[in-house]
Amino acid sequence: MTVPMESPVSYANVGRARWWRRGFFASQTGYVTLALLILVLVMHFASPYFLTEGNIQNVAKNFSFIAIATLGATFVIITGGIDLSVGSMMCFAAMIMSMVMTALSTPGEPGASWFVHLAADGKTVVANVPGLILAVSVLCGLGTALIVGLINGFCVAVLGLSPFVTTLGMLSIVRGLAYVASNGRGSFPGGPDADILYALTSGDLYGLPAPFIYLVILALLMAVVLHHTSFGRHVFAIGGNEKAAEQTGVEVVKVKIAVYVICALAAGLQGIIICGWLGSAPANMATSYELNVIAAAVIGGANLAGGIGGPLGAIVGCVLLEVIRNGLVLAQVNSYWQQTLVGVIIILAVLVDRLRSRLA
Amino acid sequence: MAVAAVAGQPDESPDPRPVLELRGIGKEFGAIRALHGVDLEIFPGEVVGLMGDNGAGKSTLVKIVAGNFAPSHGEMRFAGEAVRFNRPVDARAVGIEVVYQDLALADNLTAAANVFLGRELKRKFGPFSLLDHKAMAARSLELFGELRSETLPHNLVRQMSGGQRQAVAIARTRLSNARLVMMDEPTAAISVRQVEQVLGLIHRLKEQGIAVMLISHRMPDVFAVADRVVVMRRGEKRADKAIGDTSPEEVTALITGAKEAA
Repeated sequence: MTVPMESPVSYANVGRARWWRRGFFASQTGYVTLALLILVLVMHFASPYFLTEGNIQNVAKNFSFIAIATLGATFVIITGGIDLSVGSMMCFAAMIMSMVMTALSTPGEPGASWFVHLAADGKTVVANVPGLILAVSVLCGLGTALIVGLINGFCVAVLGLSPFVTTLGMLSIVRGLAYVASNGRGSFPGGPDADILYALTSGDLYGLPAPFIYLVILALLMAVVLHHTSFGRHVFAIGGNEKAAEQTGVEVVKVKIAVYVICALAAGLQGIIICGWLGSAPANMATSYELNVIAAAVIGGANLAGGIGGPLGAIVGCVLLEVIRNGLVLAQVNSYWQQTLVGVIIILAVLVDRLRSRLA
Repeated sequence: MAVAAVAGQPDESPDPRPVLELRGIGKEFGAIRALHGVDLEIFPGEVVGLMGDNGAGKSTLVKIVAGNFAPSHGEMRFAGEAVRFNRPVDARAVGIEVVYQDLALADNLTAAANVFLGRELKRKFGPFSLLDHKAMAARSLELFGELRSETLPHNLVRQMSGGQRQAVAIARTRLSNARLVMMDEPTAAISVRQVEQVLGLIHRLKEQGIAVMLISHRMPDVFAVADRVVVMRRGEKRADKAIGDTSPEEVTALITGAKEAA
């Protein structure tokens, strides 16, 4: 044996980085959060209305309308995939929910007698069990999303199709189905449970908008799943090195299918919430929202190459987009500038991260 | 030194039973004969260097033992029992671990996360089981210590040197009490100082009674650490000699075909 086995092992080039150079503070999410805080300060001085309770509620509600879908899309992005079908999925799930709700609330429709009966006056429709129709119709909407997510996942994970192409196709398929299902007219949630739907989606609790509450709960759940379960660990591993994940025994196919299902379910839920707020599910609802969702995720620090991302980044991205939109309105800037500015922010966010990793 | 013993005959080494025993292993891919009649034995605590030019059949042999595909002919015994692997998981289940050339590490995860990738330690919280970060960090630190590598469990693999990455990949094989570790070109892409570290790591495995099969192109590394060298050429085993009975010149001649067999 010629190797000096007892030579002391020492690496002078590694050590624990200082707290501001690692974790959150050294991530794109950290920089964007800082940028957001500065923007909020600037807006506060630029417009006295910006930090009023009403406007804050308004902003919170508006960003919640894309943030839940962004949480789901972030799962897919972390694995290195992408889901372009979220906008169409929002619409389709909302429409199915709304159509089922209307059908179950109309006496004479098949199955409706289990859920509703006519009051003594012969005209008023009364629910047998309040909330049951809502529960069933929401489950139908989410069930549709589940099926679409499974198909996306199957095509990507089992058939090995490119996520971009698969979900681009699905964007069109699902949007087309939404038009077919409603004959292009869209659908309105009706019946005795519609008011419950409105209360649960556009109401508030102690001044907090309902969608915002759902968002916070789901974001916390996502943080736990990503960082404290083996599923979450595998999601990151697949994004970091899919082949390595495969070789170490990670069930890559299952995990990939699961992230597309999660994404579709989040989009479906988001669609149902938007539908409750709009009071209808038009066939062109949430058109091109997938771009906002992906933009928000990327601004918040999710890496389209995979391996990086999280709930905080997703939310910060959504907030930033909404604050810019809101700020431009308050500053009475032509609202058409919004899209241009969003594009600039996307590139800036990625650029800053690039510069940082060069310097580090 | 355990030189390939004839089957069934006692050997004078302390544990005479080979951990891995191959008999007449052959593999065809369509009309191409990748391996033919390979007999090989590896004993506990023995380091065997597997050498050969590109296309000599080294990787095919490794893939058969690792369970990537089944042999067309021959029989494989592990710890005395006949085995047949259909998937890599089967090979891992009996105690065969492979350190791949690209190390199979996820750059965006920490050292500890990579060590436990696919076999995370969990703690039950009611119906949920959550990752046991502390236990995994502690066990990884212990394993890095055994390997005398100053890798820290919470460091990201992206920021590590080649030697540290090797340590992470090797530490992974120590989780399951592997009895045979196959290393594919572990010293191919790292600096001179790190090569020394890796050879040290191999020696640690040997000390713990683990059989190591080292697939390498680098003659000095094989001669530094291996007890025995096996040379493959054109899908056949051409030589199987104790390291003391051969020389780099002879092995080179065997690899290139200047010398047919030894």
